[in-house]
Amino acid sequence: MDLENQARIKELAEKYGNEDLIVVLGGAEAEASGLAAETVSTGDPTFAGPLSGVSLGLKAYHIFELKEEVDAEVYDEQISMMEMVLDVDEIIKEVKTYRG
Amino acid sequence: MSFPVVKGAAYALIQATDMLLHHGTTQTSELRKNQASEHLEKLPGHLRSFQDAVSYPPNQVYIGNLSPDDLKEIPRPWFQAPVAGASRNGKYGEIMPEDEFLGLMKIVDAFDLVVLEEEFQAGVKEKIAGHPVLKDIKDLDKLSKNPGNMEEISRLVDGHLAQPMYFQGKLVGCVKKAHEFDEALSDHVMFENLVGKASAVFALKLLLAKTNLKAEEVEYIIECSEEACGDMNQRGGGNFAKSIGEMCGCINATGSDTRSFCAGPAHALVEAAALAQAGIYKNVVVLAGGASAKLGMNSKDHVKKGLPALEDMLGAFAIHIAENDGESPIIRTDGVGRHKIGSGASPQAVMTAIVADPLDKLGYKIPDIDRYSAEMQNPEITEPAGAGDVPMANYKMIGALAVKRGELEKADLMKAVGAFGMPGFAPTQGHIPSGVPFIGHACDMIRAGKISRAMIIGKGSLFLGRLTNLFDGVSFVIEKNSGNIKEESGISKEEIRIMIGEAMREFAQRFRNES
Amino acid sequence: MLQGKKVAILGDRDGIPGPAIEECVKTAGAEVVFSTTECFV
Repeated sequence: MDLENQARIKELAEKYGNEDLIVVLGGAEAEASGLAAETVSTGDPTFAGPLSGVSLGLKAYHIFELKEEVDAEVYDEQISMMEMVLDVDEIIKEVKTYRG
Repeated sequence: MSFPVVKGAAYALIQATDMLLHHGTTQTSELRKNQASEHLEKLPGHLRSFQDAVSYPPNQVYIGNLSPDDLKEIPRPWFQAPVAGASRNGKYGEIMPEDEFLGLMKIVDAFDLVVLEEEFQAGVKEKIAGHPVLKDIKDLDKLSKNPGNMEEISRLVDGHLAQPMYFQGKLVGCVKKAHEFDEALSDHVMFENLVGKASAVFALKLLLAKTNLKAEEVEYIIECSEEACGDMNQRGGGNFAKSIGEMCGCINATGSDTRSFCAGPAHALVEAAALAQAGIYKNVVVLAGGASAKLGMNSKDHVKKGLPALEDMLGAFAIHIAENDGESPIIRTDGVGRHKIGSGASPQAVMTAIVADPLDKLGYKIPDIDRYSAEMQNPEITEPAGAGDVPMANYKMIGALAVKRGELEKADLMKAVGAFGMPGFAPTQGHIPSGVPFIGHACDMIRAGKISRAMIIGKGSLFLGRLTNLFDGVSFVIEKNSGNIKEESGISKEEIRIMIGEAMREFAQRFRNES
Repeated sequence: MLQGKKVAILGDRDGIPGPAIEECVKTAGAEVVFSTTECFV
């Protein structure tokens, strides 16, 4: 996860708290998505950025997991084509593990 | 209308392992944060030899000794499948070692910023003087003058007045700052800009050597890398293009720089096509050099996973666009695709704008294009870093779009991808992999009758510049030349005059016969 | 679930970019407080 973005997420978590603030991911790969989910919950496992050893406890969802909550037409327009391109199940499985 | 043509393409790679260690931003950022970094300690143990870089299959594809179809047949990991007897010389270009490149950086340096240690300078001078393509290069004699000594070079580097130039772990030179305090002329900026200039010069020299294009025939040059040259009052003033043409003897050319992140080359090629078709310039060259900043960008993951540091190559290319010659592949300027400001950001909107809309204009369906060349990054580099197989992702998106448009059955998606897709083989040098690496191969395949048409796609992440959240993309189709320039011109005034003359003669004859 | 929540979006140029995710979560009643798109190539 981009180091600048780690800093911004940290600021936002301090401002809104981890009950109100949710992170939504658009990652193309399970590994990268899982890494982002881990970083915003228990801290940067690569110890590269501001979230190294910082446990924000934020819940991260991949947009694929939120299909039911989104307006069907908007989802179809914005996301549906990528369901044929990316490994939806693998990504969801990976991201879920970091929400405990 | 008479379409312009792609008349030639040249591709260059420079192995730059010392630059990777000392100038790749992943490494410089790491050093700034943590001097005792484990990554920086381990990285030197993962560098490749020049011969390994030369025999690496994707690099042989880039310079034209293997085709992308050949690469499909080579099982991965490619770094464990070196090409036997591989040569640094390629059909479309060449792979150059780092020492020769440092010498070339001094040759192209017009302001005495590059200092090379005396013995090193003499050594590379001999190599370049014996190089078939570079031996006649302007200012080769710079390597005969003003050598530096280690004391001076160390003093400049330690005093932060210059960027170090290393070769095989030894300090052999430096690039000085061009101004005492102007940040736009810092040693760091001058280093990167000279890398861009020198690598593009190499590509243009290769184009002139390997094709029939003569330096004095070039009328316009468009440079499309992602660097900026200027000073603090005009930070991106330019003009890399003209400075590169100057080094290659293009005395009748001027030029300018085109920028759009990774989509730059595609934009530049469309601009060149328009200039050639309009008859403004007969011979236009689109070129770009490489980026030292991107070397070893994903090396942390490569080292962690026990791979060699595969991002050790600077990339460059030069492509010749000209007016229709009746035989070279044409550029279908009547069907250029573009991602518009109002197109939208979803992958579907992006692909529709860049791929589907122009094909609609041309009357083609997505499966009618024999090959697509979008972002041709080598997956062996990107997969370990979690970025996936970028060419494959693009192909799946194109296939998925075809399914959505009813041009392809969902069950046939992967089969179609196998037909119009190709493995990625270009180094992760930003603009370098974006569409252009396939152009040389496409032209050969079209001339040989293997394929009829290919679409070249350039995509750019404009949001990285923090001025907009927009994405960008441009595409065009190159196709077999019908061989009949007149036919493609449509009807000319001369032909109309002849037709009228004939009709009137016929009428007069009939009138005479009847009277 | 998203109704009334604050959302920070980490989009991916090769996956789903930020603005596309933004359009989606807005329809679910969330307020977008941050959106970015990352590019790894």
